[in-house]
Amino acid sequence: MEKAKKNMTILEIFGWVLTLFVIFPVYIMIINSFKDRKEIFTSELSLPKALNFTYYVQAIQKMDFLTALGNSLFITVTSVVFIIVLSSMAAWVLERNKTTISNIIFYTLVATMLIPFQSVMIPLVQYLSKWQIPGTNFSLIDTRYGLIFMNIGFGIGMSTFLFHGFIKNVPLEMEEAATIDGCNKFQLFWRIVFPNLKPIIVTVAILNVISLWNDYLLPSLVLRSPNLRTIPLSTFFFFGEFTIEWNLALAGLVLTIIPVIIFYLFSQKYIIKGVMAGAIK
Amino acid sequence: MKKNSNTLTFWLFLIPSLFIFINVVIIPFILGIIYSFTDWDGFSFFGSKFVAFSNYLKVFRDQNFLSAFLLTFKYAIIMVIVSNIIGFSLALLVTRKMRTRNILRSIFFMPNLIGGLILGFIWQFIFTKLFVQLGTVLHASNIFFNWINDPNMAFWSIVIVSAWQMSGYVMIIYIAGLESINPDIIEASLIDGAGPVRRLFNIILPLTVPSFTISLFITLSNSFKQYDTNLSLTNGGPYGTTELLTMNIVQTAYKHNQYAIAQSKAVVFFVVIMAITLVQVYLTKKREVEM
Repeated sequence: MEKAKKNMTILEIFGWVLTLFVIFPVYIMIINSFKDRKEIFTSELSLPKALNFTYYVQAIQKMDFLTALGNSLFITVTSVVFIIVLSSMAAWVLERNKTTISNIIFYTLVATMLIPFQSVMIPLVQYLSKWQIPGTNFSLIDTRYGLIFMNIGFGIGMSTFLFHGFIKNVPLEMEEAATIDGCNKFQLFWRIVFPNLKPIIVTVAILNVISLWNDYLLPSLVLRSPNLRTIPLSTFFFFGEFTIEWNLALAGLVLTIIPVIIFYLFSQKYIIKGVMAGAIK
Repeated sequence: MKKNSNTLTFWLFLIPSLFIFINVVIIPFILGIIYSFTDWDGFSFFGSKFVAFSNYLKVFRDQNFLSAFLLTFKYAIIMVIVSNIIGFSLALLVTRKMRTRNILRSIFFMPNLIGGLILGFIWQFIFTKLFVQLGTVLHASNIFFNWINDPNMAFWSIVIVSAWQMSGYVMIIYIAGLESINPDIIEASLIDGAGPVRRLFNIILPLTVPSFTISLFITLSNSFKQYDTNLSLTNGGPYGTTELLTMNIVQTAYKHNQYAIAQSKAVVFFVVIMAITLVQVYLTKKREVEM
């Protein structure tokens, strides 16, 4: 018994040594973001001589960081809310009405999850750029709502699939009781069904937030105006201009991962559970 | 009467999703296949001519495409092996009964929250600056030099960064698999005197085959789709030696404006990724055991 305990401690220490591989690059990035050019050049490993926030201030301005943060938040949150509402509604009627047509729709949604984004991206942008309303500025290209529309389209397959699997295991009794009490279908869904989906809503939300927040390829094809850039886009353009000035670039990178770290600290338990639940399905 | 109202709700609940989904995924997918058989210029389809398989013939004669294709294959195979071995080992480690296992899991998973684009930039600093300095300090400039500028090592730098990221994700899948093993079975094997090695190969591995099905699928398809880290870390360089498939397609379309050819490449990409993942899922599914 004593020996088993000792072995466990050794394993645990070994685990912590391994975390250094994860922490080290982040550590290097942070310490060098405070150094001036000469200091970076002389030593990349040493701690900075002073906590100099000049490069952070410059990076915030040059990346237009606050605008990018606002765009990323708005686009991610709105897309995820729509994905949850629309795909839970779709999954519920598909699960509760077993007809040939509902099966066809469901399996089409599932099968198309296998279509890689790369094979639809070129016609997608061309096709949706044709959507115009004469006399208005309406456009799905180079607008935030256009990107949100596409995010919903790409998120709906997987999300409907996850909701469908969950609803299958929710007993029908409660829905039947509510129908007898005179609930119509809308009340039934919003008052009885939807609140019971909480665990899977968390999973769907987390999986979509992670992929949308970090998405680069689709936004890079859809958003053209600099004031619409999301965080990955503004980082990319910022890097194009300032690669030689590493201190500035590193300060910018630290800024971009701060929101992620905050999100992770508050919801890590749900994230790990959500990814687990999402992957097993 | 009831039947009618049911049908009405069915469609009311479904139509918003279907409308968006059809317009974002289905129609562009079908258009893409049609475009690949024409000389479409990327703008108006009106006036494009049917050219049968001539785009596809050009695609298979495009040296850059073929080398991107082979490189992506090599990359995917290495990634599948490396990230699954690391991910599975990490999962074995953090499913042991230790006090800090939850913190360890969180740390190993963390790189997944930082997108591939930003990770690539972070590591670019390490490979181009820190490595050069380490080479001087440690007198080991044959190991530590600027990997990004080296045609051989630039490829491996992408492998390291993406394995670093993907292993934590795969670990989570294996943790779920390992934790679902009935502890009685492990207990029984202990009583029967099975050592740790036999336990791993005769009990744990066969029982976690479903997790392997999922993990191999995810690592395989994600590696084929790799773009972000490729772009931010090496940008295909030096001299185009690290250009993976997605980057080749994006460049063909948006840099060289050869939209019909790029779309044919995208269709080939789709067919290949479908074939490979379906074969993989079929092969691993066959090995799953029912308990």
